Amino acid sequence: MKVIALIKQVPDTSIALKINAEATDIVYQDVPWVINPYDEYAVEEALRIKEKLGGSVTLISIGPDRVTDILRGALAMGADEAIHLKDAAFDGSDAYSIAFILSKVLQLSGFDIIICGKQAVDDGWGQVGAALAEMLNITSISSILKLEVAEDRKHAIAHREIDEGLEIVKVPLPALFTAQQGLNKPRYASLPGIMKAKKKEIKILGANGLGISFQDVGRKASSIELKKLSYPPARKQGKILQGDAMTTTKELLNLMRSEAKLI
Amino acid sequence: MSCDIWVIAEHTANTISSGTLEAIGAGRFFSNRLNVKLSLVILGNKIDALIHRLSDTGVDNVYVLENLHLSLYTSDAYINSLEPFIKQHKPSIILMTSTCLSRDFAPKLASRLKTAYVPDVSGIEINPPSPPLLKGGEGGILFTRPIYGGRLLSTVICKGETPWVVTLRPRAFEKIVDTSKKANIEKIEPTLSPSNIRTIIEGIEKTQKGLGLTDADIVVSGGRGMKGPENFKMLEELANILGGVVGASGAAVDAGWLPHSAQVGQTGKVVSPKLYIACGISGAPQHLAGMSTSKCIVAINKDPDAPIFKVADYGIVGDVFEVVPRLIEGLKK
Repeated sequence: MKVIALIKQVPDTSIALKINAEATDIVYQDVPWVINPYDEYAVEEALRIKEKLGGSVTLISIGPDRVTDILRGALAMGADEAIHLKDAAFDGSDAYSIAFILSKVLQLSGFDIIICGKQAVDDGWGQVGAALAEMLNITSISSILKLEVAEDRKHAIAHREIDEGLEIVKVPLPALFTAQQGLNKPRYASLPGIMKAKKKEIKILGANGLGISFQDVGRKASSIELKKLSYPPARKQGKILQGDAMTTTKELLNLMRSEAKLI
Repeated sequence: MSCDIWVIAEHTANTISSGTLEAIGAGRFFSNRLNVKLSLVILGNKIDALIHRLSDTGVDNVYVLENLHLSLYTSDAYINSLEPFIKQHKPSIILMTSTCLSRDFAPKLASRLKTAYVPDVSGIEINPPSPPLLKGGEGGILFTRPIYGGRLLSTVICKGETPWVVTLRPRAFEKIVDTSKKANIEKIEPTLSPSNIRTIIEGIEKTQKGLGLTDADIVVSGGRGMKGPENFKMLEELANILGGVVGASGAAVDAGWLPHSAQVGQTGKVVSPKLYIACGISGAPQHLAGMSTSKCIVAINKDPDAPIFKVADYGIVGDVFEVVPRLIEGLKK
């Protein structure tokens, strides 16, 4: 099985975020970068498929030099090879263009299963997987919580989150899956894994190497234009009650009845 | 080109979803300002009982796409039905409420149409106020949406070919009830071949009884301070009395006390109920991102410095095991 895991590097979401003076982006100074948590589930699932059925796991990520960190991190988890797509021409690409760039690589590399996170925790757009599957003319199954490749290796059964609960769906391979939280618990890289990862080659490719025209990617090709970033309106200071539970509970019920008119 | 605004409906058990009614509200805002028609598109199989109730939802047209293969949602059947119909009618904007279904479907549809997709919109502004607004996309319509799990807002415009596919964050837009208008109902029978539907649904497990977290008017959530799964019974009782549902913080889910589907937060459900009661939740940024747009927030926590009190409208500094039973008692009276 040739399994591909698509990973994105995102700012660590546990830190406070500041908007720059032009309101066009966040301030990246001192921001730690991490692998998108949903993509980490994707890497773990890719490794489990390989361990069960054999084959290889290839990582692909798009971004500047710093992306090397998450590629090394996922190689240390046990992935076999990594492709780093790096080109200034890719800057400002929308999800559709990102998918287009990925499709070019995948058409060259081949694949049986592609896994990525259901969305990235930065912009939460959640379109790359869907668009990529469309371009590759394969099915995409979103928000999966369980994945099993059938014995014939030509199908997979996935459990995916739906509004009412869970849907069990059978899909022909090759196919693309997007990972939801709960799919698995990503492993930590072992020390030998980290040592090995240092020696693994990260292949770097740009627009020219992939035969991508500058008109098809980047800010100019984007169907979305950012106008500004802003902070959500602050909530006003609330009434915080202290004292014994009997009195405070009574007062809370009064406030909810008379002031908030909620009950 | 018709330029119409479309809303694609979501429905279960012969009832149109509450989020769809909000999308109709947002659609009416567009159609009035842009002076175009508003149409509701509904896909399904044997949905006559539902259709009759749709004529007075305040839309101009109801398009009903009925086919045996549309009884359950699959992206292939939905897209194969809609694509030729969209190309024929050329709507300018397609709206849906943001749900698991639209999170799957809408980006696929936009990718098939090669047009812009904007998910989870919480605010819409039209600027400048006069048409033409859609072609070319200069100026035009400003879509605001939460990013970084709601910790920041991003305002974007769409460019290029229409229809733009836009999903709306639940509870961000008002439902508009307009019974003065009777909609034209048009039935369309799309031709679908089973060989073009690549996925086979083998089963559905309904884990959700009644309302889901994102639909509920009242959410009662518990965190690490609940100390164990057995103590969530208390929160269930409180939620039952109020007509709400139970949620959990990431810490409670990580501890295995509640399933992931109950998690409120950046990696979990984003909720915006009328009343959110946080019990034994300290208020990590991850959690606040998922609930801080709630209308009224009540927090109960032992620690007076817990960040949850910064977003709470009402708070009690105290032990949940003393406060919650008294709340239940007080509400029963």
